[in-house]
Amino acid sequence: MKPFTYQRATSPAEAAAAAAATPGARFIAGGTNLLDLMKLEIEQPAHLIDVNTLGLDRIEPTADGGLKIGALVRNTDLAADERVRRDYGVLSRALVAGASGQLRNKATTAGNLLQRTRCPYFYDTAQACNKRHPGSGCAALQGISRQLAVIGVSDHCIATHPSDMAVALRALDATVETVKPDGSTRSIAMADFHRLPGDTPHIETGLESGELITAVTLPKPLGGTHAYHKVRDRASYAFALVSVAVVVQRDGSGRVAVGGVAHKPWRVEAAEAEMPRGAKAVNARLMAEARPTPANAFKVTLVERTLGAVLSEAKG
Amino acid sequence: MDSPLDTPSDPSASDASPSRRDVLIAGATTAIASAIPLGAGAAPAAPAPMAGQVPGAAAPVRAQVLLTVNGVIREMEVDTRTSLLDLLRESLHLTGTKKGCDHGQCGACTVIVDGRRINSCLTLAVMHEGAAVTTIEGLGTPDAMHPMQAAFVKHDGYQCGYCTPGQICSAVAVVAEIRAGVPSHVTPDLTAAPLMNGEEIRERMSGNICRCGAYSNILDAITEVAERRA
Repeated sequence: MKPFTYQRATSPAEAAAAAAATPGARFIAGGTNLLDLMKLEIEQPAHLIDVNTLGLDRIEPTADGGLKIGALVRNTDLAADERVRRDYGVLSRALVAGASGQLRNKATTAGNLLQRTRCPYFYDTAQACNKRHPGSGCAALQGISRQLAVIGVSDHCIATHPSDMAVALRALDATVETVKPDGSTRSIAMADFHRLPGDTPHIETGLESGELITAVTLPKPLGGTHAYHKVRDRASYAFALVSVAVVVQRDGSGRVAVGGVAHKPWRVEAAEAEMPRGAKAVNARLMAEARPTPANAFKVTLVERTLGAVLSEAKG
Repeated sequence: MDSPLDTPSDPSASDASPSRRDVLIAGATTAIASAIPLGAGAAPAAPAPMAGQVPGAAAPVRAQVLLTVNGVIREMEVDTRTSLLDLLRESLHLTGTKKGCDHGQCGACTVIVDGRRINSCLTLAVMHEGAAVTTIEGLGTPDAMHPMQAAFVKHDGYQCGYCTPGQICSAVAVVAEIRAGVPSHVTPDLTAAPLMNGEEIRERMSGNICRCGAYSNILDAITEVAERRA
């Protein structure tokens, strides 16, 4: 690991200003992904700003009946919150489907959104990776791509976003609240938060230099039946091949977001109009633009079958 | 050559070159001599370059941290890169906590911090100012074992034993998590309290890998403690 200087943040705006003003600065919260990558020298921050001192660890009701989740709320606490379990079950389910108990105790809401891909070619510093070293190429395109993205891909990157939580937040139309180095704040819809790889796969979100996530806000509860199904190579503690988050209403309408298939949680609102007609119809619209490799073409079918299973479960 | 250990069996070798232990001790002395304490809020000062450092590379940075480990207050100065795991093992010589993968994948380094189990390899020591850390040494001793330690012994919940301290720290926390109502991936009803059963325990222990495959005995040990204390 490269040496770095370290400071504890005193306020969100001050932390954002310090991050923008200090070359090579990164925020650290749970650290479960950043430190992993620093040990491999994939991440090499010259300065760490520890934001754990900022509070930001409360879950509070909002004026319009939703919930404001502080950026530092740990995955365990978010999944266990009574309001989340009752009104946003898909989020609780997605959280407990991810990582291990030890990691969920450390990992934060904001950090979960900002975690990097687990593409093996991103992790292997001997391989070409446009995300790790822009312009170097993508070894995954001709490599072992079974785990990798099938939709929204580019000739520069076929990495997936690894989060389960983010898939549920996309289905729920959450918004990400931030503070910029000049002290101004903004809200970013989950739909716009993560970017597709295009020809700049190293730029993963729309956050500006130094911009700090302070909270994630959930709109008022949708009602309906919530479910999250994750298909993976072992029964626990593995990243998704495919995951499906749904909220289904009594009349068969609802929402679908999919994980494990793209550089961001994948949701196509137009496909949701097909929900009363079943998984095959939804999948035809949802995955219409899929461009899989021969090794991961199975994921397109797997999304349909997983969605079918979730929809039958939701019907009860 | 024979043993690379400290006592030189060949006097000429001893005169011509320092033993491995001499080199390690000299290195440690250098590190201590170059340590510069940081005042609270002061900008980190650049310590003197260490022997063997790559020219042009950033110099190591040291910082103060104060935390409680197994009930004892420890105030120390560490390289900012030091993981909590390395602080426990290398600085405090609490070698019960094991380094397995060092990447949060195996669970051998599991300790309990402020009542919660975490991977001590994936967190920096300096991030734990004021924290209370419990390691396997703090749970019990050979003469006065924690009930979970005693149950692992009784049920033979290990083979080589390397993952065992992490398994036991995790197991103690798992029982507390179920009791506190924290849901898991296998909890059937999110609005009800999770049950203290084998399915829940297995799922919650999935972050602790045992390459000897002692899982069934580990489950027996945890189940016995969970049922006894329920």
